[in-house]
Amino acid sequence: MKTFILASLFAGAMALPAAADYTIIAPANPGGGWDQTARAMQTVMQEEGISPSAQVQNVPGAGGTIGLAQFASQNRGNPDALIVGGYVMVGAILTNNSPVTLQDVTPIARLTGEYEAIVVPAASPIQSIEDLIEQLKADPGSVSWAGGSAGGADHIAVGLIAKATEVDPTTINYIAYSGGGEALAAILGNQVTAGISSLGEFEAQIEAGTLRLLATSAPEPIEGVDAPTLKEAGLDVVLENWRMVAAAPDLTDEQKAKVSADIEAMVTSDSWQKQLSDKGWADTYLAGEEFDAQLESDITATDAVLRDIGLIK
Amino acid sequence: MDAYSFLLQGLVTASDPMMLFYALIGVTLGTAVGVLPGIGPALTVALLLPVTYRLDPAGSLIMFAGIYYGGMYGGSTTSILLNTPGESASIITALEGNKMARKGRGGPALATAAIGSFIAGLIATLLLAFLAPWIVKIALVFGPREYFALMVLAFVTVSAAFGDSALRGLTSLFLGLALACIGIDQLTGQARLSFGVPDLLDGIEVTTMAVAMFAVGEALYIAGQGMQHDDQVTAVKGSVWMNRLDWMRSWKPWLRGTAIGFPIGAMPAGGAEIGTFLSYAAEKKLTRHPEEFGEGAIEGVAGPEAANNASAAGTLVPLLTLGLPTSATAAIMLAGFQQFGLQPGPLLFATNPTLVWGLIASLLIANAMLLVLNLPLIGLWVKLLTIPRHWLYAGILLFATLGTIGANPSSFELGMLLAFGVLGYVMRLFGYPIAPIVVGLILGPMAEQQLRRALSISQGDWTTLVQSPIAAVLLGLAALAFIVPLIMRARGKGEMLSQMAGDED
Repeated sequence: MKTFILASLFAGAMALPAAADYTIIAPANPGGGWDQTARAMQTVMQEEGISPSAQVQNVPGAGGTIGLAQFASQNRGNPDALIVGGYVMVGAILTNNSPVTLQDVTPIARLTGEYEAIVVPAASPIQSIEDLIEQLKADPGSVSWAGGSAGGADHIAVGLIAKATEVDPTTINYIAYSGGGEALAAILGNQVTAGISSLGEFEAQIEAGTLRLLATSAPEPIEGVDAPTLKEAGLDVVLENWRMVAAAPDLTDEQKAKVSADIEAMVTSDSWQKQLSDKGWADTYLAGEEFDAQLESDITATDAVLRDIGLIK
Repeated sequence: MDAYSFLLQGLVTASDPMMLFYALIGVTLGTAVGVLPGIGPALTVALLLPVTYRLDPAGSLIMFAGIYYGGMYGGSTTSILLNTPGESASIITALEGNKMARKGRGGPALATAAIGSFIAGLIATLLLAFLAPWIVKIALVFGPREYFALMVLAFVTVSAAFGDSALRGLTSLFLGLALACIGIDQLTGQARLSFGVPDLLDGIEVTTMAVAMFAVGEALYIAGQGMQHDDQVTAVKGSVWMNRLDWMRSWKPWLRGTAIGFPIGAMPAGGAEIGTFLSYAAEKKLTRHPEEFGEGAIEGVAGPEAANNASAAGTLVPLLTLGLPTSATAAIMLAGFQQFGLQPGPLLFATNPTLVWGLIASLLIANAMLLVLNLPLIGLWVKLLTIPRHWLYAGILLFATLGTIGANPSSFELGMLLAFGVLGYVMRLFGYPIAPIVVGLILGPMAEQQLRRALSISQGDWTTLVQSPIAAVLLGLAALAFIVPLIMRARGKGEMLSQMAGDED
C-alpha cells in the first residue's frame, strides 16, 4: 500500500506541475535530442537563476508537429511557454501537411546544431565518398541508405546528394529507421550500403574503427574529423541539423524581448557551455533577424527537396 | 584486472550504506511507476536526471538501475491483482496471473513473478557482464528479413495460444492490426487513416490501448454485472506462499523465460513484449497441465515474467557495447552517461571499466533488493483484493486516467482511453479475447516495416526472405507451428487440441 500512496503522490506531482516560470515543451519522447535540449535548458535556467523552477513537458509525436499544434493553440499570448524544435520539424510540417507551422509560433533563436555524416561499415569495399558516388551514379537503387525518419534531415541530405550528382532523387533507396540508433545497428550489421545521420551518432564507432567516415555535410572541414566535406568532394551540399527554441504566438514586443534576453543570458552562461561540451553539441546560437532569414531560406529549400524526392506533391 | 576482480570491486562500491540507500530509493520509485499504468521508467529517469547532477556517477547509476529493474517488476503486481498491466511487457502476465488471483492464489502468483524476475535478472545480468561483446555480434546479424521472420513466428505461435475460438482470437488480432495502420508510415512519412486529426498522426499509443482494454474495460464489465457476482473473488485461499508443487512447476518456466527474453532484449529491434509473447506460447505448448491454461496456470506467470526481466538486462547489451539505446529508458540512461562525460560505445568496456562494472554490480544489488522489498509486501498486496469492489475499481479508473494524462497531457488521449475502454467492455461481453488486439497493435507495425525494409534493400526480390539461414530457419519453425496442428486435427486428434486450448478470458 505504501508504494501505492507513493505512486499516487508521484503521479499527482507530474500531472499538476507547480506554477513555473518557464514551461518548456519537448515535442518528443524522453531520451531524444529535443528532450535532451529541453532538459539541458531547464538545468541551466535553474542553475543560473533565470527561471528557478523551469519545467519540461513531453508532448511526443509526428516529428514534433503534434506538440507544436498543441503548443500554439494552448499558449496564445503566454510569455512563460517555450517549445524546442529543429530542422526535422521543418520537414515534418511539410510532409504531414500540418495545419500549424512555424509561422504560428514566435521563433526566438537557434541553439545548437550537428552536421550529417556519411559512413559505411568497416568491411565495405567502398573506400571514399567518390566510390560511393560512382556506385550511386551507375545504379541508384543498389545503394541502400539507412538513416532516421522519412522526410527528416538524413533523408533530405540524401535527396540533396542525389540532386548534386545529377541522379533522379525519386530513385534513391532510402531505408527509414525510427532514429539514428536503430539505423546504426543496421549499418553495423552490414544490412545496408551506407548510413547517414548526425555525426554524434557515429562518433564512438568511427573512433573504434567499426565504421568508416566518408564525408560530412559541414561547410568547412570540422576540427579533429578526418574526412572531407561534401563540398570538398565536389558536391554542393551543406546541411546543418539545428535545434531551436520558440515562444508562444501573439506576444507583445516587450514580452518577446524579455524571452530573447533570457535565452541570451542562458546561452552565454558557463553552465550552458558545459552542457554543450558534455553532450558534444556545437554552439550555433543565432537570434533575431538573422535567424528569421535563415529559417525562411531553410523552409524554401526543404520544400523544394521534398518535392524532388516525391514526399510532397 | 580481469572481469571478476572488476565485478567484485563494483560490488564493494555498491554495498556502501549510502549506495544501498540510493538503490532502495531507485527500486521503490521504479516499482511505484511500474505499478502506475501509463507512466514508465523512461519518464521517471528523465525527471530524476537533473537531481542526479548533484550525485556522483556511481550513486546516480545505481538509482537508474533500481528504477529500471523496479519498473519491469512493478508492472506485474497490478497485472496479477487487478488485471491492469502497468507496462506493455506485463500484458501477458495478466492473462494467467489475474485468474490465479481471483481464485485466492494471488500470493503464489506474485511470488513466482518476484522470484522468477530475480532469477532471470540475476542470470541475465551475469550474461550481460561476461558475454555482452559476443552476444551483440549475434544480435547485429539480425537485419530486416530476420526480424520479419521472427515476427511471423511470433504471430503464428501467439495466435495458436488465443483461447478456444480461433475465429474470435483472430478477429481480435486483426482488429489490432487494423488499428496499427493508423498514423504516419515510417518508411515514406505519409499519414495513413488519420482523417486529418493531428493526434492520430503518431498512431495509437500501446500503453493507452492496453490500459483501456484491460483496466477500463474490466471496470465497466464489473459495473455492468451489478451485484450478482459479488462473491466471485476470493482474496486468499490456502497459503500466501508458493507450495512445493508451485516451485516444481515454476523453475523450468523461469529458465526458459530467461533463455527467450535475454537474446530478444539484446536485439536492437526486439522489444520486451515479443519475449513475453513467445514465452507464454512456449509454456502453453510444453505444460503438463494444459487444462489449467486460461484458468490460472502458474507457468503462464512464471515464464513471461522471467522473460520480461531478462530482456531488460538484454537491452543493456547494445547500450554498453555499441552505445546504442534500444528503449526509451536506455536512451535516457545514455544521456545520464554523457552527463558524466562518458560515451558508451565499443570502447567503453576498455576505457571505463570501473563504471561499467559498477553499473553491472548495481544491477545485481537492485535485483536482490527488489526481492527483499517485494516478498514481504506480497501479504499486503493481496489485501488489495479485500477492498470492496466499487472502491477498488473506482481507484483503478482514477489511476488509469492519471497515468494516461501524466504520460501525455492531451484530452484526445483521454478520449481514446475511454473509447477503447468501451470497446474492451463490448468485446468482453461477447466473449472476444482482448490480449490479441494489443498483440496486433504491437507486432503489426514491426512486421510491416521490417518486411518493407527487407524488400527495399533487395530491390523487390522476395527470395531475399529465405536466403538468410536464420530467417529461413525461423520461417520454417513458423510453418511447422502452423501446419502440425492442422495435420493433427485432420487425423482426428482435434478434440485433444481444443481441450488443450482452454478459454483464456
